Amino acid sequence: MNTVIFRTLAPFLTALMLLFSVFVLLRGHNEPGGGFIGGLIAASALAIYGIARGIRPVREALWFHPMTIAAFGLLLACIAGLVSIFAAVPFMTGLWIYPGLFGIVVPLSTVMLFDFGVYLVVVGAVTSIALALEREDI
Amino acid sequence: MAAPAASAIDLSKALVLAPPALADWLVILPVAWCLASGAILLMLRKNVRLQPPLAVAALVVLLVLDALLLWRVIDGGPVTMVMGRWLPPFGIAFTVDLAGALFALFSALVALAGGIYAAESIDASGRRYGFYPFLMLLMAGVSGAFLTGDIFNLYVWFEVLLISSFGLLVLGSEPRQIDGAVKYAFLNLIATTLFLIAVGYLYGLFGTLNMADIAAKAGERRGDLPLMTLGVLFVLAFGMKAAAFPVNFWLPASYHTPRIVVSALFAGLLTKVGIYALIRVMVMLFPVEGDELSFVIAAAAAATMIFGALGAIGQSDTRRLLGYLVISGIGVMLAGIAVGGPGGVGGALFYALHSMVVMTALYMATGVAGRLSGAFDLNRAGGLYGRTAFFSALSLVLFLSVSGMPPFSGFWPKVMVAKAAIDIGAWWLAGTVLLTGFLTMIAVGRVWVLAYWRPANIPAAPGEGAPRTSAMLSLSALALVTVLVGLFPDPLLQQVQQAASGLAEPSAYVNSVFPQGAR
Repeated sequence: MNTVIFRTLAPFLTALMLLFSVFVLLRGHNEPGGGFIGGLIAASALAIYGIARGIRPVREALWFHPMTIAAFGLLLACIAGLVSIFAAVPFMTGLWIYPGLFGIVVPLSTVMLFDFGVYLVVVGAVTSIALALEREDI
Repeated sequence: MAAPAASAIDLSKALVLAPPALADWLVILPVAWCLASGAILLMLRKNVRLQPPLAVAALVVLLVLDALLLWRVIDGGPVTMVMGRWLPPFGIAFTVDLAGALFALFSALVALAGGIYAAESIDASGRRYGFYPFLMLLMAGVSGAFLTGDIFNLYVWFEVLLISSFGLLVLGSEPRQIDGAVKYAFLNLIATTLFLIAVGYLYGLFGTLNMADIAAKAGERRGDLPLMTLGVLFVLAFGMKAAAFPVNFWLPASYHTPRIVVSALFAGLLTKVGIYALIRVMVMLFPVEGDELSFVIAAAAAATMIFGALGAIGQSDTRRLLGYLVISGIGVMLAGIAVGGPGGVGGALFYALHSMVVMTALYMATGVAGRLSGAFDLNRAGGLYGRTAFFSALSLVLFLSVSGMPPFSGFWPKVMVAKAAIDIGAWWLAGTVLLTGFLTMIAVGRVWVLAYWRPANIPAAPGEGAPRTSAMLSLSALALVTVLVGLFPDPLLQQVQQAASGLAEPSAYVNSVFPQGAR
């Protein structure tokens, strides 16, 4: 796997896949996609980067430990559920706001926040497993 | 802010439109709190000094939340909150009745004691590997199982607590622990799979997973549905989880391997979740099938009690011995379930709460004793009484309590179960309960004589000087609970009897999910 072509292309491929994963995440509200599949795509992007360049560059590029990312995602998902307490509706009720941004209405919701949490949990958990498995190979 | 124009759809057909009272939030807060604080502890896991105080504070908050929830349930009956405000049975309901609230409160108490005990006994590497985050996630699973009102959701919480328990079990990564964890994981996964199959079958029959809905429908459609098959599947799955006799071998194979505080938490929490689920399903959802299976459950109960107690007598490693005592306690609870009625089920509930506190405390006491005398092996231990009289007194209280001697908490539930068994004419079952108490007394009496009374004649055991403060603190607190419950059993006795009648006659439970019969 360790060819010049792969090593040169891997960062571009990773960047493209990460971008695509965010697209899939945001698309997921009304169409196929969502946090789980988006997270898997992002994790495979990081895995490709890891195969091409090794574990250390991935850890450096991530900045945070993958488990920390997963934990942050779990916290976000929890907060997304708990926001309902301020709107006097039961736990995990979908709440929407529609702020205008440069004349365009951008719908934002707690559902999206929850999905974003799922995305981070999947990215963190799968990446940390992938990195742990990769380390044994050396 | 420009919301799209509201269309003329009648939302009341799909959504719960009444705003929930703030007190209703207590139903979900224990779980959400455990998940959130577990996530925060996971993010801070490199900060090993900050972990214990944060986790203990989080567990104190959990205890307060569960106490408020119990108070709310005693005050106003079962409480329900449906996630995402979809109407039940389509939304996932969290429904808490008296039994669930009592279990949740005692589990939080046990977890808090474990968190305090672990402050000094889990070292920096154990903390870095995530002891405290795993503990919080375990509590999320345990609380979720006690509070949920949806049977598939119950399965999900079983998985959450199972995965957290795998993490706790291999903490330290010794070969012995991996060996125990493999047996534990494999046999528990079989039980979980059985549970999942049963839930799938149940959904196929009823088209609903909401427990209140099932409880109401089971009565109406008993004639034309194969409910007995379902009942047998559930009894087998939960019996395995609870370590009932023919399917209990995972417990003695694994409970002695992890750190002592992990064993203590497992002994206090995990098997009791199985018992809780068994009571919930066989007493509340399928009472007729539960009655028909009562002889099978009673036979399993008697075997569990006797073999557990005999196993305990046969062991010389104190940690293994306690594993068998956990099993024999499960037998008493099963006997209560088999006998049924407010006395039997109430006795089973009471015994489960007692066993949570006392088994956890016993494992902790064993940890302290093992550290003082340098060995868990009864052949090498000795001289504890001469070294710390106070600790020995605490241990004696726990020994007497686990064997069901008055005036400690183990006495009352055994009396309840034995009396309920005699009332329905099952003399042999009552006799087995009493015989088990006697055998347990022999098992723990042996520990007392060998490890505590016998002078330390083998000087080679390099024990440490004094017990740790945190260990003594949590141990004394749990011992105090068993003494107080033993001396003043009336409040708890009333609550468990009320909880048992609430399970047998779940109209209040059903009403809290489907108000004014809108099913």
